[in-house]
Amino acid sequence: MTDDTLLKVRNLTLDIPVGGGTLRAVRGIDFDLKRGETLSIVGESGSGKSLTSLAVMGLLGKGIKRSADEMTFEGTDLLRASKRKMRALRGDRMAMIFQEPMTSLNPAYTIGDQLIEALLLHRSVGRETARARAVELLEKVGITAAESRLGQYPHQLSGGLRQRVVIAMALMCEPDLVIADEPTTALDVTIQAQILRLLVDLTREMNMAMILITHDLGVVARVADKVAVMYAGELVETGPAASVFEAPSHPYTRGLLRCIPQPGKTERGAPLGTIPGIVPSLIGEVSGCAFRTRCPHAVPGCRAAIPMRGDDVHGYRCVHPDGAISAEREIA
Amino acid sequence: MLPFILKRLGLALLVAFTVSFISFSLLFLSGDPAAALAGETASGEDIEAIRRLYGFDRPMIVQYLEWLFAAVRGDFGESYYFKLPVAGLIAERLQVTMTLGVCGISFALLTAVPLGVAAAVRPNSIIDRVALFLSVAGQAMPSFWFGLILIVVFAIQLGWLPPSGADSWRHFILPTIVLGYYAMPAIMRLTRAGMLEVLNSDFIRTARAKGAGEGRVMFKHALRNAIIPVVSLAAVQMGFMLGGSIVVESVFALHGAGYLAWESIARNDLPTVQALILVFSMFYIVFTFLADVLNAWLDPRMRSS
Repeated sequence: MTDDTLLKVRNLTLDIPVGGGTLRAVRGIDFDLKRGETLSIVGESGSGKSLTSLAVMGLLGKGIKRSADEMTFEGTDLLRASKRKMRALRGDRMAMIFQEPMTSLNPAYTIGDQLIEALLLHRSVGRETARARAVELLEKVGITAAESRLGQYPHQLSGGLRQRVVIAMALMCEPDLVIADEPTTALDVTIQAQILRLLVDLTREMNMAMILITHDLGVVARVADKVAVMYAGELVETGPAASVFEAPSHPYTRGLLRCIPQPGKTERGAPLGTIPGIVPSLIGEVSGCAFRTRCPHAVPGCRAAIPMRGDDVHGYRCVHPDGAISAEREIA
Repeated sequence: MLPFILKRLGLALLVAFTVSFISFSLLFLSGDPAAALAGETASGEDIEAIRRLYGFDRPMIVQYLEWLFAAVRGDFGESYYFKLPVAGLIAERLQVTMTLGVCGISFALLTAVPLGVAAAVRPNSIIDRVALFLSVAGQAMPSFWFGLILIVVFAIQLGWLPPSGADSWRHFILPTIVLGYYAMPAIMRLTRAGMLEVLNSDFIRTARAKGAGEGRVMFKHALRNAIIPVVSLAAVQMGFMLGGSIVVESVFALHGAGYLAWESIARNDLPTVQALILVFSMFYIVFTFLADVLNAWLDPRMRSS
């Protein structure tokens, strides 16, 4: 573990007790994050990417069982940290930006109140100082007339503006880690790019690490340093963004990439790729590769435990030593 | 905020005006007032004489306006039965009723809201079960029966509190519990339901993600949003307590306004009934107005609508 490792997660497992047994929502996730680095967690709905981030923040709902071999953030053992310690970290050293700007602000308080609260919870400064900081942050996220916005209520702002406020709120204490859970999904397409650009610029400027959770691979390609692809609660491929996009090694990653149009490569009018089938049930004992029911290269060996292949930098979990790339080329 | 208050105030005045007209019309809806006053054995001439004496022979609109202007000045006429000014009669009785109403709603809110919050924080826990039991029991038990039980136990057997009357603050303890317990279940269930819903909302997760402690999350972020429907309900119940606590007033022999209304209806004492209906309606209007203002303060979205 080098000095600039900010977050280290090993073998993170999340179980949710449900009516018919246990939902094995996340199984054995490993990842590292360095200071200033952007990791993108990609996957379909229900793949466990949001739960993974909530597990890091210590914000899992009641009843969800979390276990891991290791989970450290800035040297703090998150698995054994007290509630008080977690509260001190949340909002201060690690902050979160949620998907829904329309509902993630409290309708009863002005945005000024909510921004100022974020700072006052962690810093013993005066209200005036906190107010000045709120104005500074609102300007930083590109909100004009920031001073007068402080007195406005969330319902008086548009979705795009609200998400800027949510971002400003997350950055009030200059955290070392920002977790953005689909921060642009609920916004108009024209606003999405702006907000994303803003997030990336701010994380660079403030040297913050970011975990960007998304199902939009186009977004990932533009902003992430590292990518972790999740499928049905498992990490199927992880590596530097460039390497994963250049040489996607897991059949699922390749399937995902075929689903997005690529300028110059995708023919106009030609149908986009799809991945046939549905995500398997994760209730009860789950073994082997979860993708085998939808994978064109599935073999009986997929039922056994699959080792992580590749090297320290770019890894993938597939029974085929080359991730079935050769088989795919033959078909093509 | 000010335009909202003025708008609501205007609306409240309109309602008050309508209510005053309806309560005045009751006099004529309940049959010929002159015949009722004169009694069963009166001759036709006697009835006519009474009709002229009380002014019932004039056009209704004239009578209404006269009554309204007098009422605004605090003059509700003279009680047929007591032969005393109605205003003084009601003012005297209202003291008892208002004391009881304020104590009752305070008792209800102070027990129901904390219990509702506690039940919502830990659904299906022991606290939640106890709260559910208390609210079901409160809803199922008739007030007069609960009042009698309390009198038997605390006044007669234990001798801790007086069974009836309104002479000291100790006389109000048992009636307050009975009246408050009547309002408590609905407030408790509404608080619980509101809190459960709000605690699941995204902005609560945001508050936790900021590092806010549980107390702050519950009371600053959640309760303020959850309490809004409770405010409206409490206002209606407060109006009800000031006007309709007839049962409780009878059981504890507290001679309040509710009891007076019941007596006056039985005695056909129309000026008193009219005035009481008007006063009770005004309570509802005032409390609804106050609840609207309070809700607008709690939830800024209401100010614009």
